[in-house]
Amino acid sequence: MELRTRYAVGAVALFAVTTLVAVSGAVSGTGVRSDVKAALLWIILLFAALSGLSRAFVREEEAGTADALRLAAPATAVYAGKWLFNTALVLVVEAVSVPLFLLALPPETVNFRLLIGVLLLGGLGLSGAATFVAALIAQASAGKSALFFIVAFPVLMPLLLLATQATVGVFDAVPAHHARAVGDLGVLAAYAVVMTAAALMLFGYVWHE
Amino acid sequence: MNEARPPAPNSGGGEAIGRIALLLLLCATTAGGFLWLPPARGFQNPALARIVVFHVPCSMAAYLASGVATWYAIQYLRRRDLGDDIKSRVSFALALLFWVLTTLTGAIFAKVQWGAYWNWDIKQGAILMLTLIYVAYFALRAAVADPRKRATLAAAYCLFAALSAPFLTYVLPNSTPDTLHPKGTLQGGLSPEYSLTLWGGVLGLCLVYVWAFRVHVAVETLQMRLHKRARRQRRVVSATVWPPAPAQN
Repeated sequence: MELRTRYAVGAVALFAVTTLVAVSGAVSGTGVRSDVKAALLWIILLFAALSGLSRAFVREEEAGTADALRLAAPATAVYAGKWLFNTALVLVVEAVSVPLFLLALPPETVNFRLLIGVLLLGGLGLSGAATFVAALIAQASAGKSALFFIVAFPVLMPLLLLATQATVGVFDAVPAHHARAVGDLGVLAAYAVVMTAAALMLFGYVWHE
Repeated sequence: MNEARPPAPNSGGGEAIGRIALLLLLCATTAGGFLWLPPARGFQNPALARIVVFHVPCSMAAYLASGVATWYAIQYLRRRDLGDDIKSRVSFALALLFWVLTTLTGAIFAKVQWGAYWNWDIKQGAILMLTLIYVAYFALRAAVADPRKRATLAAAYCLFAALSAPFLTYVLPNSTPDTLHPKGTLQGGLSPEYSLTLWGGVLGLCLVYVWAFRVHVAVETLQMRLHKRARRQRRVVSATVWPPAPAQN
């Protein structure tokens, strides 16, 4: 189903690139510190990903295919499908925008192994939590897109803070920051596991409402 | 008319005695906080630092209210009883109230201790985001028209947020060294006078929470029944009037 709307991936990736150009254009030549760069990177990633993830279930409800899905497949399978697609979407967005970000706003150093770990675990947590919120919002009657941001944002806040804190360790050579980033990786993994598992368990209640 | 009624919250002599005792307890902790406690040593402004005996109980009551809200959200998903939804929502609203009080007393404390009402300390950031969760909860509720659907979505979101909140309130403040909040004070850093007043305040505010919770739940339950009965009567009326009698001649 999702593969038929491949333009969505392109649109979201383009959104990320556009934001990236806007941000780097706005701050170029002002000598931004590395920790600010880490924050900028995650804000770009978060908003680009959210703009794509919000559509996951709304599309089904609008096209009228949700009821067919309810009859044809168990809730867990539907959720797993949506979650896999959204994870792929987030990872594609990261794969496109992070290298460009590193080119546009090169930080002092980049620890690539740590960076990949942060992006992977952060992406998993992002899609795990946002997919569930998208399922909630699809049932709401009005103002879906604005509501998605309002409802998803506080739940994603710990992820944003942790990922930013870890990326600070990726972008500079201070040993203390680096050690803290390694610790944050574990917490990010815990966040991703907890949110994905909770979403799987709760999704059945929401889906059959 | 002869439906079983929920027990009215203000019936019976035991309730009255309990409420008078609660009032006395609150008076005692308030007076203790203002008049009896010695100024706190080691603070910028020892006299004003006594606000801690109001600040900490507010946050404890907020934790209790959030816990109860989460518990009734689970109960709603298990039993699908709209009464559980009312309890969860009322408790959620009271938790928000206590978080706001915690933030306000904390801001006064921060002004005298750290020099500004708002310092972007990690716990201040966490409480701000926690408050955003509550606002999002009520925004979500407002966007759904059907009561049962609204209850289910709200309960699911409540549980989901309850799982993400510990990352904000517990993991993050403890993972970073640069917080202004003291750590481990409640586990033995308090003099006996402070312990007594502080934990008396915790008990008092928690009882205030229980009281407010019961009153609100009783009111909302009655409102729900009134709505239900009004709907039923409308249906009876429309059934007798509709279909209209065929016109004579």
